[in-house]
Amino acid sequence: MSTHVLSLLVEDKPGLLTRVAGLFARRGFNIESLAVGHSEIDGLSRITIVVDVDILPLEQITKQLNKLINVIKIVELDQTQSVQREHLLIKVRVDNASRSQVLEAVTLFRARVVDVATDAVVIEVTGDSGKVNALLRVLEPYGIKEIAQSGLLAIGRGSKSITERVFKN
Amino acid sequence: MASESVPTSTLASATHADSGAPEVISGAAAVVRTLELLGVTDVFGLPGGAILPVYDPLMDSKKLRHILVRHEQGAGHAAEGYASASGRVGVCIATSGPGATNLVTAIADAYMDSVPILAITGQVFSHLMGTDAFQEADIVGITMPITKHSFLVTKAEDIPATIAAAYHVCSTGRPGPVLVDITKDAQQAMAPFIWPPVMDLPGYRPVTKAHGKQIQAAAELIIEAKQPVFYVGGGIVRAGASAELLALAEAIGAPVVTTLMARGAFPDSHIQNLGMPGMHGTVPAVLALQDADLLITLGARFDDRVTGKAELFAPNAKVIHVDIDPAEIGKIRQVEVPIVGDAKDVLPDLLAAYAELANGKKLEISEWWATLNGLREEYPLGYTEPADGLLSPQYVISRIGEISGPEAVYASGVGQHQMWSAQFIKYERPNAWLNSGGAGTMGYSVPAAMGAKVSQPDRTVWAIDGDGCFQMTNQELATCTLNNIPIKVAIINNSSLGMVRQWQTLFYDGRHSNTDLNTGHDTVRVPDFVKLADAYGALGIRVTKKSEVDAAIKLAIETNDRPVVIDFVVSADAMVWPMVPQGVSNSYVQYAKDHAPTWDTDE
Repeated sequence: MSTHVLSLLVEDKPGLLTRVAGLFARRGFNIESLAVGHSEIDGLSRITIVVDVDILPLEQITKQLNKLINVIKIVELDQTQSVQREHLLIKVRVDNASRSQVLEAVTLFRARVVDVATDAVVIEVTGDSGKVNALLRVLEPYGIKEIAQSGLLAIGRGSKSITERVFKN
Repeated sequence: MASESVPTSTLASATHADSGAPEVISGAAAVVRTLELLGVTDVFGLPGGAILPVYDPLMDSKKLRHILVRHEQGAGHAAEGYASASGRVGVCIATSGPGATNLVTAIADAYMDSVPILAITGQVFSHLMGTDAFQEADIVGITMPITKHSFLVTKAEDIPATIAAAYHVCSTGRPGPVLVDITKDAQQAMAPFIWPPVMDLPGYRPVTKAHGKQIQAAAELIIEAKQPVFYVGGGIVRAGASAELLALAEAIGAPVVTTLMARGAFPDSHIQNLGMPGMHGTVPAVLALQDADLLITLGARFDDRVTGKAELFAPNAKVIHVDIDPAEIGKIRQVEVPIVGDAKDVLPDLLAAYAELANGKKLEISEWWATLNGLREEYPLGYTEPADGLLSPQYVISRIGEISGPEAVYASGVGQHQMWSAQFIKYERPNAWLNSGGAGTMGYSVPAAMGAKVSQPDRTVWAIDGDGCFQMTNQELATCTLNNIPIKVAIINNSSLGMVRQWQTLFYDGRHSNTDLNTGHDTVRVPDFVKLADAYGALGIRVTKKSEVDAAIKLAIETNDRPVVIDFVVSADAMVWPMVPQGVSNSYVQYAKDHAPTWDTDE
């Protein structure tokens, strides 16, 4: 199996997420990550889904998603042709001995500290999954208390956009 | 695939052209008027609190006939039967909560068999939604996985556009059920009625015209085939493409098999028709698919009841797959030539491409036909008389078909009688055979026959039912009697859940766990179907002897002032043959118990 990133342009209707998630559950496909937000066009949302499947089931997923009336367009975003980012908030245990080492790691990874307490810091990091996982490995020994993670976000490189291709038709 | 779009010709009269400003009417009145303007003439339903506002203007409608059912499931199946017999959209109406959930089985059934039905449900007031209000159920959520789409309407002004969109979605592309849930406040509120409405469906663009390159590729595969078979599914019926199929099949000369959903899509009397494939298919049909080198798959979906173990299905065949739903192509079987499009458009294109390539030359498939004709001769459909001396169910069903003829409509329930009806009635035209193929819904028959009779009042409409199935939905006999819908019900009464019993006989050492219904021969007869028919104002007839069969069928056909119920008391031991046991290759088809055809297979 291999990881694929699907970008969906959808109508922003009630129950839309249920329809998409329900389809995955019903057909037995696994969602690795899911990110939903507004697109640049009013009334349209953009969903980024990461799935771990072979090519043939992926084709079936795409076709089934396309049948949902509220789904307007689906593109697979190839890793080399797109920018892909994850966003993480990490709460790490610190004390006087470890604080400076943690902050050093934060600087090295070009992450940011967004909250400081006497015994913990909250770190914000954005990057591809390689960078994010590397940072997590470095922080692990200090004691990770909590993680909040967004789904993967992805957008195609270059000037084309999936919405303009839709509305050209 | 039925291309029924919004009938625009009738739309002009809708708006008040004189005054310019659209008329302001209630949401409930808008429901009724929208249905009228869409050309709907019959609806099946049952009122309740949350749909009450709609029932008031409905009472005054001159164009809509509302048929009051006794259970909402009956309304759903009636809408299905109405649609399947006519190719038009079937409409059913129910209230919120249990009214809506009672539609669920029929909606799921319509989804599996691609039946265009429009379900309209009332919903509690929008300010009460989510509070567990009286008779509240999230029917939009519940039906998401079993509808083509479901809509929630909370504003009166959205009603015309939403119902028009629902009608459009359910009747175009691959047909299917669509649900519109309307809150009570939306029904009560006043809003301008604007027609024709603007439908906003940016994500719905069914493909109907196929790609020329694929058509060409398909024609090339056909020219080279030595053992081609047309594998015809229910999509041909829904597409109304039987004439196009006949032209193509005759030009190519290859054998045709028609699946359970496609019985009648190609005439049974046609020399190229090998019958039904699948678990209870004919030996020639099953083995033709199995040994084919090319499957010309038209509107079929490689259902497990057709393929048996899918990995071993037609192992040497290349596949051309024509379907209007791209998701069906490659779902079960990888194909050489995928063709997405409406069969009604694709088949003539394919015929033209083939004719040009063939240039008058016939396919060299005489050896293939010799093999298949040998199988036909050696393994014709047949049955043996039951050893217990009781009526043979196959005989009864054959006679119903022979006496009623190909212009009649036959709606069956689910089980043995369904398979026998598919096997032993000769279908010559599409939309004559209605059944619950994908979902296998017991209880489909009586309400579906009722719906079919409403859409086809001049045809004889049979409900061929089992004693088990009949007990699930026979309350609709009341609806039939009171609304002058004279259907004929043939109960193939073997006093048991026959198909389950057959499996118990074959695969569970004859341990008949919970399959005796005590309705038949030598039992207490609870219920007594003749008395039950009488109680419902129907003509009840009991038939126990072969000599009584024809007279009873003829009396039923002649009786049109009320429904007829014939209790055919048949043997419980009759089994459906041929049979491919579940989970094995179709090469293991058994003609009768412990009798497998000799067949060259590489497995």
